[in-house]
Amino acid sequence: MENSILDIIPEIPVAEWMANFIDWLTDNLSWLFDALRDGGDAVMDTMTELLLVVPPIVFIVILTAIAFFASGKKWGLPTFTILGLIYIFNQGLWEPLMYTLTLVIVASLLSIVIGVPVGILMAKSEVANFIITPILDFMQTMPAFVYLIPAVAFFGIGMVPGVFSAVIFALPPTVRFTNLGIRQVSDEMVEAAQSFGSTASQQLFKVELPLAKATIMAGINQTVLLALSMVVIASMIGAPGLGERVINALQRAQVGPGFVAGFALVVLAIILDRTLQGFNKE
Amino acid sequence: MATKVEVQNLVKIFGKKEKQALDLVNKGLSKEEILKKTGATVGVNKANFKVEEGEIFVIMGLSGSGKSTLVRMLNRLIEPTKGSILIDGENISDMNNEDLRRVRREKISMVFQNFGLFPHRTILENTEYGLEVQGVDKETRQKKAEAALDNAGLLPYKDQKPNQLSGGMQQRVGLARALANDPEILLMDEAFSALDPLIRRDMQDELMQMQDSMQKTIIFITHDLNESLRLGDRIAIMKDGEVVQVGTGEEILTNPANEYVERFVEDVDRSKVLTAENIMIRPQTLRANKQGPRVAAQQMKTEGLSSMLVIDNKQQLQGYVTDEDVLAAVKSNIRNFDSILRTDIPKVSKDTLIYDLYDIIHNTDTPVAVVDENNKLEGIVIRSLVIGALAKEREEESENGE
Repeated sequence: MENSILDIIPEIPVAEWMANFIDWLTDNLSWLFDALRDGGDAVMDTMTELLLVVPPIVFIVILTAIAFFASGKKWGLPTFTILGLIYIFNQGLWEPLMYTLTLVIVASLLSIVIGVPVGILMAKSEVANFIITPILDFMQTMPAFVYLIPAVAFFGIGMVPGVFSAVIFALPPTVRFTNLGIRQVSDEMVEAAQSFGSTASQQLFKVELPLAKATIMAGINQTVLLALSMVVIASMIGAPGLGERVINALQRAQVGPGFVAGFALVVLAIILDRTLQGFNKE
Repeated sequence: MATKVEVQNLVKIFGKKEKQALDLVNKGLSKEEILKKTGATVGVNKANFKVEEGEIFVIMGLSGSGKSTLVRMLNRLIEPTKGSILIDGENISDMNNEDLRRVRREKISMVFQNFGLFPHRTILENTEYGLEVQGVDKETRQKKAEAALDNAGLLPYKDQKPNQLSGGMQQRVGLARALANDPEILLMDEAFSALDPLIRRDMQDELMQMQDSMQKTIIFITHDLNESLRLGDRIAIMKDGEVVQVGTGEEILTNPANEYVERFVEDVDRSKVLTAENIMIRPQTLRANKQGPRVAAQQMKTEGLSSMLVIDNKQQLQGYVTDEDVLAAVKSNIRNFDSILRTDIPKVSKDTLIYDLYDIIHNTDTPVAVVDENNKLEGIVIRSLVIGALAKEREEESENGE
């Protein structure tokens, strides 16, 4: 390695630059981050409390009913839902479940609210497509743990940095599938819309988005599952919920509790996935 | 008739070196030469034509001839590279978006090859789309859309989705949708090409019937010469982006502008295959021994005929009488046909080729009688049948033959 021609170039301080950049953001935008954290915490705490107000038995019935309709009035998914939720309750994981649910819902909603418009922008503008595609690639390939570091720097520890990192991690599928869904709308549909004198927004809302719906929903489905997986990882920076139990078990090398909480996450993932898929099929 | 649509020097170039290619187009180079020199494709090469109000103007060409590009420039689904499109004297090609939208909403509707129906909307919602984007209130637009569907006999299906209907019905919806906002111009892009031949023939008939009452200006794109001849008041033939001939069906058949048109026409020239028997119809006849001028006058009046054939009791052709002669005879109280019977009617056998009928039918005002070797009348051939025969589909012919 010594005397290699590559040694001529001194080590570039990329890490330092990045750290400086994050420091600069933290220093100069701390008012914004603080406001976001306080607001976000308030919203999510309230939401979790509301979810916890609902008696578990009512909650289980409601979710089972939703699963029943989502699966096209078949019994497989509702049976799984009811048994799975009873298991979670039985294992004393109801409160962590509600925290996890809150985090997943908030992260997913934010991803959709940001992701769908960005996807539309990419579908309509080649320039936007050209710029945003590599950013999405970056977001998806960067190891998820790395997002935890700036999240802590901006928001400290807790739910808000968890949601922040989950949104970054879960956003790309919604953006990509929205873009794809709109681009897949056939030329004849677009021509038909235009030939009757549709404005751009009429074309988008009356024709393109309805036709792209199934594809966009597939993206949202992925986003929800990715948000769930990131919410678990975010427990390492203090996000409460089922992930917290998993991390605790990991740190103490407790196989039993680790499996119990891990299995609860699997149950939640399957219920979310199948229910969303079921609604998408309709 | 007034000119409704006028296309002047319309050019469309696809590809990067647009300017360079345009220069070459102006120098009169062909599509192939320009592709070789610049890599740009000439979609439409200096098209010029006028469409009169109320006519069916057919643009015919094989795939790649630029006909679909041309029709899409008329409502600017495709932006023209150069040239102008005048609709009622208004230049579409340099209109701003708002004016263009107004023209699309009020003046021009389009019917698509694969129907272009929105799968997520019901038949009724599809039909009211054009009115919906104009901001017409729900009640009014539903009423209009229902009327358009009723007209096409589709009202019972209004709450179904497009994929629940057959192709023919879907295209009727496509047509009803296009007509719902009462446009002046209808662009039909290979509208019947995706339908099977029998349905296609029905749709052509329906279109012509509708056209009789509504008198829209219709620009119809097709690759099918038979369809052009059936529908078109005038036909433009396109090749390699150029309009090579514009004329009536008869003009194009009898006087092809160049070798290409000739070959095109030759492919479907079935006049050398079909005979008088294939196209003759049962005539309205008068019996010389039983009927006189009064009966003749009455029948001509009710049937709207200008002449009738006269036969004897053995079905043998005697000749024909004209309406003027019959009326004169009635006035002067003549009771039989002897004095007014004309015998200069052309006779052919049922094996005569349609090709050979051309000259005969061209040189006479009367129908051509089809007789057997005993001069027994078997049928008549009139001019429109000869033209119609050329537009017939093979499939339908076998069906009619059964």
